[in-house]
Amino acid sequence: MKIAFASGKGGTGKTTVATNLAYMASRAGESVAYLDCDVEEPNGHIFLKPEIDDTRPVTIPIPKVDESACDYCGECGEICQYGAIVPLPNKVLVFADMCHGCGGCSLVCHSGAITEVGHKIGKVEVGRSGAINFVHGLLDIGQVMSPPVIKAVQEAAPLTDLVIVDAPPGTSCPVIESVHDSDFVVLVTEPTPFGLNDLKLAVEMIRALELRFGVVINRADVGDDETVLYCRSNHIEILAEIPDDRRIAEVYSRGELVCQALPEYESLFTSVLTGVMRSVM
Amino acid sequence: MKELVVISGKGGTGKTSIVASFAALAERAVLADCDVDAADLHLVVTPTIVKREEFSGGSQARIMPDSCTACGRCEEVCRFDAIQRSEPDDAEGQVTFSVDPIACEGCGVCVYFCPADAIEFAPAINGEWFISETRYGPMVHAKLGVAEENSGKLVSVIRTQAKQIAEEKDLDLILIDGSPGIGCPVIASITGADLVLVVTEPTLSGLHDLQRVAELTQHFGIETLVCINKWDLNPSIALEIERQAGQRHLEVTGRVRYDRTVTEAQLRRSSVVEINQDGAADDIRQVWASVRHTLASS
Repeated sequence: MKIAFASGKGGTGKTTVATNLAYMASRAGESVAYLDCDVEEPNGHIFLKPEIDDTRPVTIPIPKVDESACDYCGECGEICQYGAIVPLPNKVLVFADMCHGCGGCSLVCHSGAITEVGHKIGKVEVGRSGAINFVHGLLDIGQVMSPPVIKAVQEAAPLTDLVIVDAPPGTSCPVIESVHDSDFVVLVTEPTPFGLNDLKLAVEMIRALELRFGVVINRADVGDDETVLYCRSNHIEILAEIPDDRRIAEVYSRGELVCQALPEYESLFTSVLTGVMRSVM
Repeated sequence: MKELVVISGKGGTGKTSIVASFAALAERAVLADCDVDAADLHLVVTPTIVKREEFSGGSQARIMPDSCTACGRCEEVCRFDAIQRSEPDDAEGQVTFSVDPIACEGCGVCVYFCPADAIEFAPAINGEWFISETRYGPMVHAKLGVAEENSGKLVSVIRTQAKQIAEEKDLDLILIDGSPGIGCPVIASITGADLVLVVTEPTLSGLHDLQRVAELTQHFGIETLVCINKWDLNPSIALEIERQAGQRHLEVTGRVRYDRTVTEAQLRRSSVVEINQDGAADDIRQVWASVRHTLASS
């Protein structure tokens, strides 16, 4: 069972819910993997404090041109949709940061002058936090393409009964790469105009992907009741409402798990998991 | 003309609320919402759209079933698992192929290698962008389509349009609301800008994400200021942020206190400086004065 936590808007509490659920499920004896797919700004490790025992580079294949074999026919430049390979009359320029790794240039090259080499764009770290299998990815600073790093995080996940995916904010390609093969998506939101606007965008995205989903409303007593009304009128299940408790904000600020520091919240987080199970079964 | 970009690394630190207040305080500015996949600024500046255009960030492959011979070459060459194979319903039926528009990267490799010329490659509509009027002046914003890509290209379109408006109307500031993270849309929104303001929060996550976003702005050589929002939620981490910013030669331009009137302003579709004088509103006014001072000398 794979559950992804996404949100549209950033900072609504994805990581809080995802890390606490991983902790509670693991404490109940389940085999759990936590995958932090927010490879631009991963934060799960701050709360789960894993011991990392393996680091793997993530690369994408980019072209390498052997100019001695090249006859400057220009076909590589024609097939490339990204401006990543530019053949000049007597030189071929490669812009690694523009390359999407589609392999088109090496396939069209009839003189065999183009081979592919790995270009590092990030890394994946694998470890353990108690009994939780922990994986996260880090996009290198200045790199634009996070989806291949997210894919590498997913591929590095060990086989467990429960997989918890912490997705990045937004609604575009990095989020889709993170959530597309999940059994269920939990959308974490807050009941403010910004939260609701971005929740609606996230719901549109999840519906386009035809995935099952439910909503957790964080800081449920700030803002207004528009979010609850929206969920009701669209038949979206509200899995839990987490109150706006300053102690939770403080626990979060120090990088601690809510369920460890404030045990009275254990049952609230566990209820998210049971709600998901009920929907999926 | 100067470009100021407000980003945060971590999401939800209060970028858009601060940009909305800056919009109210700035004179002679163009607003640009570059958080194209979860845009929120329009909710408080309530723009009236005067021009809208479709955005295409690239082409998309589509297999024409009548011409397809089901040879499977497209499936072989696609690196993005975007070719879907459907097995026939009965013994007489044929395997069919189609392109998953969500997985397709628009690389065109399948189009090139299709021996039957059965794959179309037309510009895909990935979203829409708008030029609007607001009570603070002109605004350029956009909406990326559902589950679409090319957000970086859309950000570039918005910045180009905003610059054009600033030149036409002789306005001297472009105020850009950026997106969270450090990837494609963020890089597209900061490259070549005059000044970046990073809005962070006093949490270990905020501190961690600030380090990465500061590395990014330094990588691109862009002058960077830091503002700590909701600083009193954890004063000791706020101090640590100031200490680490100092080590990186980043100027912490101000602290904004935690104040419920910020959410109240959002609910009233306004900015906090328009509904309040003291508290966070006063803090934001001071940050703005300091940002304006830095902009003048940048």
